[in-house]
Amino acid sequence: MLFHTFDDTLKPQIEELLSLGKKAGADLIEIFLEKSDNISLLAEQDEISNVSPSFGIGAGIRVFLGKKDGFVSTNDLSKAGLLYALNQALRMLGLEVGSSNKDKFEGLSTLKDFGTNKNNWLDKSPDLSESTLKLLEATNSLAVKNKNLQVRRASYSRNWQEVLVAATDGVFARDIRLHQTVGINVIAQKDKNRSTSARRYGSSGNPDDLRNWKIDKSAIELNESAQKMLFAEYVDAGQMPVVLANKFGGVIFHEACGHLLETTQLERGTSPFHDCINKKIAHKAVSAVDEGLSDYAFGSISMDDEGMEPQNTLLIEDGILKKFISDRAGSLRTGHPRTGSGRRQNFSFAAASRMRNTYIKQGNYSPDKLIESIDNGLYCKSMGGGSVGPTGQFNFSVEEGYLIKNGKLDKPVKGATLIGEAKEILPRISMCANDLDLAAGFCGSVSGSVNVTVGQPHIKVDSITVGGR
Amino acid sequence: MNELNTSKKNCELDPQLLTNLLIKYSKESEIDKWDVGASTSKDISVQVQQGNAKQLKGSQRNSMTLRVWNKNNKVGITSTSDLTSEGIKKAMRGAIEACRFGNNKETPEFSSLAKSALNELNSTVSDTHTIDELLTILKKAEKELINTHESIDSVPYNGLSESYMERIYINSEGANRYMKLSQSSIYLYAKGEEKNKKPRSAGGIRINSNLEDLQIDSCIKETSDKLISHLNYKSIETDKYLVCFSPEAFLQLISAFSSMFNARSIIDGLSIMKKDSIGSQISVANLNISDEGLHPDNVGAFSFDGEGTPTQNINLVTDGVLKNLLHSEATARKFGVKPTGHAGLGAKVSVSPDWLVVSKSRCGMDTDPNLSINETRKEFILIDELSAIHSGVKASQGSFSLPFDGWIVNDGKHTSIEAATVAGDILKVLKGIVKIEKEQIVTHQGISPYVWVNNISITGEA
Repeated sequence: MLFHTFDDTLKPQIEELLSLGKKAGADLIEIFLEKSDNISLLAEQDEISNVSPSFGIGAGIRVFLGKKDGFVSTNDLSKAGLLYALNQALRMLGLEVGSSNKDKFEGLSTLKDFGTNKNNWLDKSPDLSESTLKLLEATNSLAVKNKNLQVRRASYSRNWQEVLVAATDGVFARDIRLHQTVGINVIAQKDKNRSTSARRYGSSGNPDDLRNWKIDKSAIELNESAQKMLFAEYVDAGQMPVVLANKFGGVIFHEACGHLLETTQLERGTSPFHDCINKKIAHKAVSAVDEGLSDYAFGSISMDDEGMEPQNTLLIEDGILKKFISDRAGSLRTGHPRTGSGRRQNFSFAAASRMRNTYIKQGNYSPDKLIESIDNGLYCKSMGGGSVGPTGQFNFSVEEGYLIKNGKLDKPVKGATLIGEAKEILPRISMCANDLDLAAGFCGSVSGSVNVTVGQPHIKVDSITVGGR
Repeated sequence: MNELNTSKKNCELDPQLLTNLLIKYSKESEIDKWDVGASTSKDISVQVQQGNAKQLKGSQRNSMTLRVWNKNNKVGITSTSDLTSEGIKKAMRGAIEACRFGNNKETPEFSSLAKSALNELNSTVSDTHTIDELLTILKKAEKELINTHESIDSVPYNGLSESYMERIYINSEGANRYMKLSQSSIYLYAKGEEKNKKPRSAGGIRINSNLEDLQIDSCIKETSDKLISHLNYKSIETDKYLVCFSPEAFLQLISAFSSMFNARSIIDGLSIMKKDSIGSQISVANLNISDEGLHPDNVGAFSFDGEGTPTQNINLVTDGVLKNLLHSEATARKFGVKPTGHAGLGAKVSVSPDWLVVSKSRCGMDTDPNLSINETRKEFILIDELSAIHSGVKASQGSFSLPFDGWIVNDGKHTSIEAATVAGDILKVLKGIVKIEKEQIVTHQGISPYVWVNNISITGEA
């Protein structure tokens, strides 16, 4: 028997498995079933160089006993395969199918189907022909904007996923997810100068997203960036005030604070904010949220990977820490209530507390006011990726930067890396502008790579270490 | 019919059953040419926290990439984790659909070496262990590590795992490759803190083909020694310094810029090298770099690559001169050479190194032969580990700006550096090497000696 469809008809078979696990003595058993249908495309110069469809099936079974858990994943969705996986997970906790425990399983609730209106999403999404034409249009547009680009690339991925979550606490939920993302990048070259520039756009739950993509606008923006960075000099290192642009500038908050507010970090004892609820951890200018609700945002979800609807979680209000981001295991182990944040890349990962759409709320200043307030500093217009270490040190790279001189933008600079420590940097975010915007990205952590949104208005950091030459 | 091609008992792939299904479906689809790479793995892993099990994990994973050529010789691929007959049939349909978009200007072919003899690999498959055995070992390791110093309070990131992997490559012209291996690994990342100071962390990793030979004690010692040495830290002035890269750090840097040796990246214009760079002096004359997938210390080695080409050792840089590149079938054809056994499998095939080995050449002289990691008394920065490679390296430009863990060393005394970045240009680093030590040290990611480079930009918080 294979689980070809994810609907009510599976209820008896899943209940049978859950009941076996419950009888064996587990406190809670959760089954996560997944089917995926993905495509990824790459256009280089004026050719489609790679078309890669991929299909997947799998299941992840998690068993809790007290605060311990065992997790087993498998591609084998036959009844025997799932039973084998369940037994493996039980054995990890010293339990065995076949034993007769008093604990009764009350059965699953009625299927909560978050995918009802999404059953046609796969068919409504662009097919290979349409997608490839769109990508070629993009690389062509890049060439038109700048004849001297040595490399022009555009990539597209469409990830469709159907999931079913069932647990012995009665959770029985289904969802369909659709994520589309486009990346464009170029290498510009003139004599010995070389620059790379990249942009990524993404959405969740919008089959028409690729069709609606404004290629020309993206190409203009990318080429302007590549041209300006082509002749940029390396930034001088040092401590300085910086203004971080909106959209992907929000990666600073994601890395410097967001990860440290996940219960995953609290469990490990690695968050410097573990005892800071209702305490001031940031400048009063900073209020921040994590939510999964914004229409089409890359990190939006109808339910998390534990079957819970996402909440709008106010993390920081006027500099005061209000709440952590929590999943089922995190809640069990730390006592912080679940926030609909249990997320995983796919069936092969156990869910963990992960960010969704995370952003600093906007303030009242115009972006120009922030720049005007700096005599000598750095304007970070476009950010690269970043990371945070186990004790809160973060770093991220600046893709496109400009010096600020006497309150005005000056020459472009490259090679900057911002480094710091979460606890020290949050009180230095002293001004927030009125232009909140979000950007799509991927976040890698304990439960794999998940779609997230970062965001912020323009913000000013009074002082940060800029690594350069 | 939805029979599985794996057995739940041992997860073994059945190459014959897979071949038969592919022959059947390709005939039905009028596809004469196809190849497939498939793998299966089974692993268990444990994590602990303060003497208790934190998470126990197991997995059984299958995957297959199918590549087909249509009548117009256009190539399409599909990958799937559904290795049932239905799943394989669906993959065949997907690959045929993808063929319509195959690149006319660059069509991959079967590797000319897909049926040649394989090189001997000293790979062993170990006995399996229970999750309880792994848990007991890791709990003990955690306890021992915490007990090494009163300031070490926890090991927030840790894991012990045991994996079994099988891989096959089959094509419609009769190539048939199969290999399996086992791997055990442990990582320990500890945290420590002294009064009125910031928390500090450090870690270690060990990998072996079997659990019994995994050097857990040395992993504990390395993690503890490093962490203790980081407890006392200070900021450093932003300036240019004499830097000594540890074997791990130098390998990280070379790996981050391995597109220099990657024929695919060169063809695509993504490398700082060009096709005519072969034969040019890219570093000081006393540097050798090779890729040695067959090295006996490379415990994760497979005997063939994604296209079925035998794994080979390749000299990349000899006496500072770029000698060879890493190739797939398609790039080798463009360069007029043989594939080197470094390919993936795809419509556009990726290329990557297996196991980099850095060594001191006998030809060149060190610019500063007196430098020595154990004996140098003058001030230098010892870089132990680089971070954020994914965001701080511009491989296509040759530049990097990376946070690092390390020490400022003066008169032999090590003081941990609080927070700093190292920045530069890879070609200037390679040409600025002033000393390559003789002793090669085996790490979990390759082999290298300590490498000294002068005049490197370091940014500190001071």
